[in-house]
Amino acid sequence: MTRDAAIITEGLTRKFGGFTAVNNVDLRVQYGEIFGFLGPNGSGKTTVIKMLTGLLPVTAGAAWVDGLDVRTEAETVRQRIGYMSQKFSLYDDLTVAENLQFYGRVYGMPNGKLRERIDYIVGTHGLGPYLGRQAGKLSGGWKQRLALSCALLHEPKIMFLDEPTASIDPVARRQLWDLLFELAGQGITLFVTTHYMDEAERCGHVAYIYFSRLIADGAPDALKRLPEVTPPGTHRVEISAPELTRALRAMRELPVVRSATVFGQAIHALVDEQVSAGELQEYLKRHGVVITEVRPLAPSLEDVFVQLTYKHQEEAEMAHA
Amino acid sequence: MPERLREILREPFRGLGAVLYKEVIHVKRDKTAIFFALLIPVAQMIILGFGIDTNVRQIKTVVLDQDGRRQSRELIDRLRNTDTFRIVGHVNSDRELNEAIIGGKARVGVKIPVDYSDTLLKHGNAQVLVLIDGSDSSVAGQALNVSTAIGLDESLRRVLSAGEELPVEMRPKLLFNPDSRSPNFFLPGLTAVLLLSVTTFLTAFSIVREKEKGTLEQLFVTPVRPMGLLLGKILPYFGIGFTALCVILLLMRTVFRVPIHGHVVLLLLLSLPYLFVSLSFGTLISTKAGSQSEAMQMAFLIFLPSIFFSGYIFPRETMPLPFYLLSFFVPATYFVNIARGIILRGAGLSHLWLDALVLLAMGLGLLLLAAKRFQKKVIAT
Repeated sequence: MTRDAAIITEGLTRKFGGFTAVNNVDLRVQYGEIFGFLGPNGSGKTTVIKMLTGLLPVTAGAAWVDGLDVRTEAETVRQRIGYMSQKFSLYDDLTVAENLQFYGRVYGMPNGKLRERIDYIVGTHGLGPYLGRQAGKLSGGWKQRLALSCALLHEPKIMFLDEPTASIDPVARRQLWDLLFELAGQGITLFVTTHYMDEAERCGHVAYIYFSRLIADGAPDALKRLPEVTPPGTHRVEISAPELTRALRAMRELPVVRSATVFGQAIHALVDEQVSAGELQEYLKRHGVVITEVRPLAPSLEDVFVQLTYKHQEEAEMAHA
Repeated sequence: MPERLREILREPFRGLGAVLYKEVIHVKRDKTAIFFALLIPVAQMIILGFGIDTNVRQIKTVVLDQDGRRQSRELIDRLRNTDTFRIVGHVNSDRELNEAIIGGKARVGVKIPVDYSDTLLKHGNAQVLVLIDGSDSSVAGQALNVSTAIGLDESLRRVLSAGEELPVEMRPKLLFNPDSRSPNFFLPGLTAVLLLSVTTFLTAFSIVREKEKGTLEQLFVTPVRPMGLLLGKILPYFGIGFTALCVILLLMRTVFRVPIHGHVVLLLLLSLPYLFVSLSFGTLISTKAGSQSEAMQMAFLIFLPSIFFSGYIFPRETMPLPFYLLSFFVPATYFVNIARGIILRGAGLSHLWLDALVLLAMGLGLLLLAAKRFQKKVIAT
């Protein structure tokens, strides 16, 4: 197997005592990709990042970052990666310029080179007006931008971003993503964890970890075409109805409806394929519920993850029984 | 090759310069911490230097003089002239004498019996009752010694004929602190406790604060090595600790007029291993403590033994064996010895090198332990 990928894990496992936080995870992140790593809190996302950045020893399996084995070459790995955590982890009482200076020195950058990089980063990230301000006095969005700048100073090939947009406003969030796309354009590999489905949709490659196991891995479009997401004999529809809640309750009673959920002003449902829009309307009318429109619908990433989670739970229960 | 060698030697300390750069800025920004770091030692010095006098004098004394003649008045004058006793009143009955002591009006009650002068004239055995409040051992001890000595002295004066010499005479001479001044005794030892409090607390806090803020985690994904990080954290506080020591010594010499019999330079030099120990201890605490208040409690764990078992207040020689053995593990023990040795006894390196060596070894051990724990516990959680 070739090691020519930015991040590779094979059977990556981490145990804390009797608890398995990460179970047999195989990943392959290509150079220049934006890789979205999703999963509920406590599912093992951060543990995977900690192993890849050399903060946590690997219990079993193996991982390579930029071709380097994280178990034996963590020191060199750290030279080549940038890391930005969800919690603002720069020094509040240091100014923007001092924080940049500090991080540059941490990576042992020679003075001339560092000055050049700081000028460049400050220019592209628009930090110029804030150089003399203490980091603690910046707004959330600017803090994240500074954190990103610090993590980029030493020109890492691979960036790890642990929920970078967790606590910033929508405008700052969009600006940060614009920056991330720019970085990906420059060939930097981005490993991003997030809770936001719309952010996941922006990634070229996503993976979903659930209860320490990887249950989805691929390009968003490929995942949406997975047979488990839209089982054979079913299709997805979006339904408009004046009384959404009543309609939802009625639909969940119908045997031809596999699942249904409210999405904004409509219901998203997985329905038997042979049931036409007219038949569905007929069925519901008999229950005294009016629906005005039925449209075919492509699955969203959320649908993908929900469907795969159900499947995984069923399998787990079967295995248990 | 030399280039490569330099690389190899520098590797374990990677990040030292960067951390030092940042830490100095922290210190400059956080002026209140520095202010208190220097203010507290000065305040403690003033309290201990001016406020405490271990020499017991002017003990409040009441007298029940049932005799009232020349001989008994002479005895009372003798008591008064020692500077140990201060006659605060005369009472008229045994009951009043007791009451004065129980009520705390006096620590000592002297009862001169009605036949005191008569017995002396008859060359009999005149007995004077001295009641001593035993609730404060140093006061009681002093009252006991001085009153017994006066009794002996009075007896000798009467037994020996004029011009006759004493067969044996003890001539005690107090070396180094001839006036038994308390500041001379207290302040050199105090430097040990003060340095400890300033440096241990500051280093422990500075690292634990980064833990609390999450900045430490960020540092661990950079190429900074534990030793580089710890030394970068320690060095600025080394500077502060050293400055504090200079201030303390200057105050001690000028305000409290404690003479320094040995070499100041040697004292400053030998304070370095001690500073090293307390700073390393601070870092060790920081690897265990999760919050600043936890760090505070742990720092007190070493702080209290340093006060009580180092010989700073209580002489180590009279401690029960377990505590005496414990005192060997308290770094302050060695620095109290160094400070007193140089300041009071004029000791030189030939007398103190072992203490310095022990401190150096302790500091090195603690720092390595801290670095190891850092790698294992702090990074991997």
